[in-house]
Amino acid sequence: MRLAFNEQQGMLQNQVRSLCRERADADVLRQLITDKLPWSEALWKTMAELGFQAARIPEELGGVSLGIKDLCAIAEELGRAVAPVPFFSSSCMATEAISLAGSAEQQQRWLPKLASAEKVATLAHANISGDPERAASGVIFDGHTLNGQKSPVPDLVLCDWLLVIASSRDQPVITFVNLAQARPEVASLNGFDELRQHCSVTFEDTPCEVLEGPQGAEVVKELFCRMAVVAAFEQLGGAEAAMLMARDYTMERYVFGRQLASYQAVKHKLANILSMIEINRSNALYAASRLEQDADDRFIAAATARLGATALYEHAARENLQLHGGIGFTWEANCHFHYRRARLLSQHLGGPSVWQRILIDELRRRTA
Amino acid sequence: MSETTAKDYRQQVRSWLADNAADYARPREFDDEELVQRSKEWLRTKYEAGYSAIAEPVQAGGAGGTPLEATIFAEEEARYYTPTFTGVAIGFNMAMVALKQHGTSEQYQRFGKLTHSGAITWCQLFSEPSAGSDLAALRTRAVRKGDQWVVNGQKVWSSWAHYADWGILIARSDPTLPKHQGLTFFVVDMKSPGVEIRPIRQITGASDFNETFMTEVVVPDAHRIDAEGAGWKVCMTVLASERNMSRGSGHEAHKADSVVSLVRKAEASGKIWDCAVQEKLANWFVREQGLKHFGQRLRESRGKDLDLMTRVPLTKLVSATLMQECNAFLMDLDEYAGLFSETNPDQDETFYRYLWSSAMRIAGGADEVLRNQLAERALGMPREMRSDKSVPFNELPF
Repeated sequence: MRLAFNEQQGMLQNQVRSLCRERADADVLRQLITDKLPWSEALWKTMAELGFQAARIPEELGGVSLGIKDLCAIAEELGRAVAPVPFFSSSCMATEAISLAGSAEQQQRWLPKLASAEKVATLAHANISGDPERAASGVIFDGHTLNGQKSPVPDLVLCDWLLVIASSRDQPVITFVNLAQARPEVASLNGFDELRQHCSVTFEDTPCEVLEGPQGAEVVKELFCRMAVVAAFEQLGGAEAAMLMARDYTMERYVFGRQLASYQAVKHKLANILSMIEINRSNALYAASRLEQDADDRFIAAATARLGATALYEHAARENLQLHGGIGFTWEANCHFHYRRARLLSQHLGGPSVWQRILIDELRRRTA
Repeated sequence: MSETTAKDYRQQVRSWLADNAADYARPREFDDEELVQRSKEWLRTKYEAGYSAIAEPVQAGGAGGTPLEATIFAEEEARYYTPTFTGVAIGFNMAMVALKQHGTSEQYQRFGKLTHSGAITWCQLFSEPSAGSDLAALRTRAVRKGDQWVVNGQKVWSSWAHYADWGILIARSDPTLPKHQGLTFFVVDMKSPGVEIRPIRQITGASDFNETFMTEVVVPDAHRIDAEGAGWKVCMTVLASERNMSRGSGHEAHKADSVVSLVRKAEASGKIWDCAVQEKLANWFVREQGLKHFGQRLRESRGKDLDLMTRVPLTKLVSATLMQECNAFLMDLDEYAGLFSETNPDQDETFYRYLWSSAMRIAGGADEVLRNQLAERALGMPREMRSDKSVPFNELPF
């Protein structure tokens, strides 16, 4: 089992990186926030032309049949750019949910449209908390319709379809809602990270379609396992961007007659971040590789990757702003994108205390 | 090597170990002298069966095998508690690395055979009382007299020197040059007249380290490694390898301070239900596993990913602190009583490892030095200002 990305994955990353540089640089992000636009549709369309949204979808359904590790490679680059696209929602969460729990017929019906990005979908997995073990809470599925509320739901304003993890006789069940037809009540939330719009959604006897493949707690666990690892790469990409931003700034900036980067206090901060990056990149690559092999320790590996990547991104984003000094607090400097995104990604799938519990439970089970 | 041959090789290694290492299937305590003796005997046994220095050439006492075979053997051997002391590691990972890369082929072959067969073990004669992190400030003098060198000076922190047969030495051959340029590298017979070894009593109570005094020690020029004045370059090779050495071995499955073992103990004491404990354990696990997988990435790249190589200093930076924190936790689990070994027979080992971790954060590059290296070499940040760099050594103000 090889941990490092292969050459093809490296090329994929280069492609995403240059695309984001062209289409979603910091000025584009600032403009989107000013215009209160929830995404860059242009970037999303170009990505679709290049087939990124089709990554995990089988060839016979209009996809390119890539592995989870390829998806991780893409996510890392999107995280680096804080790319304003619903990739994680549609091409990771919703696509993986349908792939895991949808019947063959449902997959045939839905996945080709996600592959071509003709439709955009997201997953309502959270109810106040993003805790995987509480993913089904808030909404009841009675066999036909949904009742209750989910919040926050990422990217919902852009979406045509919504996958909902609901509760049915105390078991989690993944359901599909066609938003145009079912029209649940959607309310925009005033979010801390303005580059990823979130909503609450309220269901009142809302018609839905239950996913007819494998269902239950194990499937939800598997889904979160994948989401956690892909998100870890998004966090890694963001952390590395923040570190390099701080490095570059301190190299340019002169204080007391010398480069800011020549002070040991500054060098040591960056060395610590670099250490964390490599430790957690190693964990994330291991988790992606174990997922790909469907190995028994993939849950432990995923929890390890998520915990480390969360702490890393938060730390890197904060130190980046700090090392910029006063300019870091301005709208023109680019520190705030990561400073906000790091907070969002630390909570969206459940915060550190949640994953500490998950990891320790898994380890106890292992050692028992 | 195909997957089936690798599998066959592993099988073959397993059955050989079952036959030859049965004595070491369980942890055993030896006093220092016996540990040295058994380490040498075990090396000899491996050497005769073609399992010592597996990936090194036969002419140098290796087995002429592949790096993969070496990895497989190391993984399998890690299931046992085979005896090995620091002098073996210094020989394999420092002395032989220096000789292979910088020595003549005669030098490498001669000492390779002796080292890989367990006939001799090594110590390192680098640090001095006033040259630690700033190693190039060393003052031990080597003066050339014909085809010999005469060495005078004092070395410190030479691990297990009292059991070593040979030492790797760096000394100042020309004090009129700036400090990095006037150094030369040698191998020294520790039984030479004028070599005096005095043990240092450490905070552990033990004496793993020594001071080595050298008075008019004669070293033949044939024992010089690389050119006169090239000592610093050789030293850099050795120190880089020393840092790789401190990377995680395969032993973690039965290490008392592995995080899995900490989880087990916290469960037994009921402290696992404390969220603060869970947080610590989880964060340590992240670092422990990250180190392990970073090691795999390094092995995968086979030294060819130069960017990744610049990040190697992080391994000791992370692992030494982790060792310190985990062993402190092993004491904390028993609270006040954890500071006493009567209640818990494992506690002596914990005391030892907690003390030892403080040395780990200094030896082979102090934390601060490693951070500088990461910032400078991996991130391309400015080097530290060095006012002594281009001044002749004998004109420096100290």
